[in-house]
Amino acid sequence: MSVREPVLSVRDLVVEFSTRYGPVRAVDGVSFDVYPNETLGIVGESGCGKTVTGLSILGLIPSPPGRIVSGEIRLGGRDLARMPEEQLRDLRGHEISMIFQEPMTALNPVLTVGSQMVDVLRRHKQYTRRQARAVAVEMLARVGIPVPDKRIDEYPHEMSGGMRQRVMIAMALSCDPKVLIADEPTTALDVTTQAQVLEQIVKLQDEFHMAVVLITHDLGVVAETCDRALVMYCGEVIERADIDRLFEAPRHPYSRGLLDSIPRLRDDKLAELPVIPGMVPDLAHLPSGCRFAERCPRAAADCRRERPVLDGGPGSPAAVSCFHPLA
Amino acid sequence: MSTPLLKVVDLKKHFPVRGGLFRRVQARVRAVDGVSFELERQRTLGLVGESGCGKSTLGRAVLRLTEPTAGAVHLNGEDVLALSPEAMKAKRREMQIIYQDPYASLSPRRLIGQTIQEPLDVHGIGTSAERRRRVEDLLDIVGLRKQVLSRYPHEFSGGQRQRIGIARALALNPSFIVADEPVSALDVSVQSQVLNVIARLQREHGVSFLFISHDLAVIQHVSDDVGVMYLGALVEFAASEDLYREPKHPYTRALMSAIPVPDVKRKSKRIVLGGDVPSPMHPPSGCPFHPRCPEAMPQCREVVPPRVNAGTAAKPHYVRCHLYSDAGTAPA
Repeated sequence: MSVREPVLSVRDLVVEFSTRYGPVRAVDGVSFDVYPNETLGIVGESGCGKTVTGLSILGLIPSPPGRIVSGEIRLGGRDLARMPEEQLRDLRGHEISMIFQEPMTALNPVLTVGSQMVDVLRRHKQYTRRQARAVAVEMLARVGIPVPDKRIDEYPHEMSGGMRQRVMIAMALSCDPKVLIADEPTTALDVTTQAQVLEQIVKLQDEFHMAVVLITHDLGVVAETCDRALVMYCGEVIERADIDRLFEAPRHPYSRGLLDSIPRLRDDKLAELPVIPGMVPDLAHLPSGCRFAERCPRAAADCRRERPVLDGGPGSPAAVSCFHPLA
Repeated sequence: MSTPLLKVVDLKKHFPVRGGLFRRVQARVRAVDGVSFELERQRTLGLVGESGCGKSTLGRAVLRLTEPTAGAVHLNGEDVLALSPEAMKAKRREMQIIYQDPYASLSPRRLIGQTIQEPLDVHGIGTSAERRRRVEDLLDIVGLRKQVLSRYPHEFSGGQRQRIGIARALALNPSFIVADEPVSALDVSVQSQVLNVIARLQREHGVSFLFISHDLAVIQHVSDDVGVMYLGALVEFAASEDLYREPKHPYTRALMSAIPVPDVKRKSKRIVLGGDVPSPMHPPSGCPFHPRCPEAMPQCREVVPPRVNAGTAAKPHYVRCHLYSDAGTAPA
């Protein structure tokens, strides 16, 4: 084991939303570390809590109805979970940045790309307007936008989806953050554009030595870009492993089921795709035992009675939360 | 040879773009620009392409949900575009559609039972007891329990809603269904359940599908034949196994290599295309793919590549690309 220090540590994070049916735990005891220069994937299906985890790190949970109930989010010796909003604002876009699925809603439609980028730079760095603009142009060039000194004066609607996502990335990286949280950054894009944007993120990570937390539902994207990954289900991390291990020998039956049910290009056509039977349980009515038991081919009596926990802490190389894991 | 179930000939759908002081037509978006294909009974044609390539418009034009600008559509030997409104309504019993968004395509204020039964009511089929029995059979086919009939759409997950949409489309026993991105809004674990339902309908109920998707892996799973669309044109068309074994058009190859593979061992060599899909309002000259094509030649900039058969007469493999132009021009 190396002695490198994590740049970001999340411990026992619990996030609740109040709903008509009472409080619902979208994130229920999530812990993980992110190291400099690594890409950590958080993967899972809709409602598993992956996006809420990402938003909590930046203090972006809409409150009310949401709130961080307990847990720590440590970045450089500070606990972001307890930090007042003004201090968080200094951090966001500076030490820690986030990019979202839909760049059109994340960019301001009535301001040019340039003025938005200049605002971010001047908020965090002591730049003059001219200096900030020069940095912005350079950033646009680095994310692969052709003729950046022209396109900087365009409005978001004048750009294609792929371009807008590049602008978002340029803006997110302009203050040289330590951590980039990317929430489904390529989900709204076509596959050929997705390939361009993912390639760009990997390349920039090497240049900026930042840590990336990549939140996605797409295991293909995880396999191609991440070093390690967390698999989430119903607000919990159910497996954590490095990518080789997760894809070669997943230990949680849910991870296995997810991998098997992805339609993928294959040489022989299958009559039926493998499926995970049933559906994700309602967060407001969770079973008391393992949350996956109802859909699990390996479930036994103990799974319905007790709730399994991860068998290793955040520092361990791999962990699974299952009474009957796969070998 | 028997007549195919569906025959589409040189189908075009152009949308006018109006502007200026008198709202004159200033340009035309050639969303579908001369598409021809045939679909045999009990087969599924997969139509793949990126957003804006015209695949959804093609699906809607075939069903006459949007009036085509030119071309012909024959379903069961009858010219769909020539039908009177009266005859068209009757014809619609043979052709149905399943939409992408299971949240938007079900009326939120109708019970599921009413929604599924509506087509039977509209076409006045059977007695009310027969209709009710038919609805229960339909639920069985798509794998839902009877209890759902007296519930509302908001009580269901995306996967269940999509099953309801499929049951509704099946109500009139159509021979042909357009499925427009039916699983794109669903999570993977549910997506495969719905894909299996669709595959079973084709196998056991003899329904033919035009299955539209941006996902080549999904298309491969359900399709017998595959067409690849780019800027309103079919750039490649072949039997599924031939197309996946040996994709010929550089665009198809790029599309295939761009899919992220959930496999850490098979790090595929990726062809990353430059640029974006051009606007169909101002398509490039010559081959519409040439500005992004890694294999573009001088002639690609000037000459629109004709459709050629790069396969055999028995197993045609149509492609629109100058790399194969000397294979001999096939009748369009």
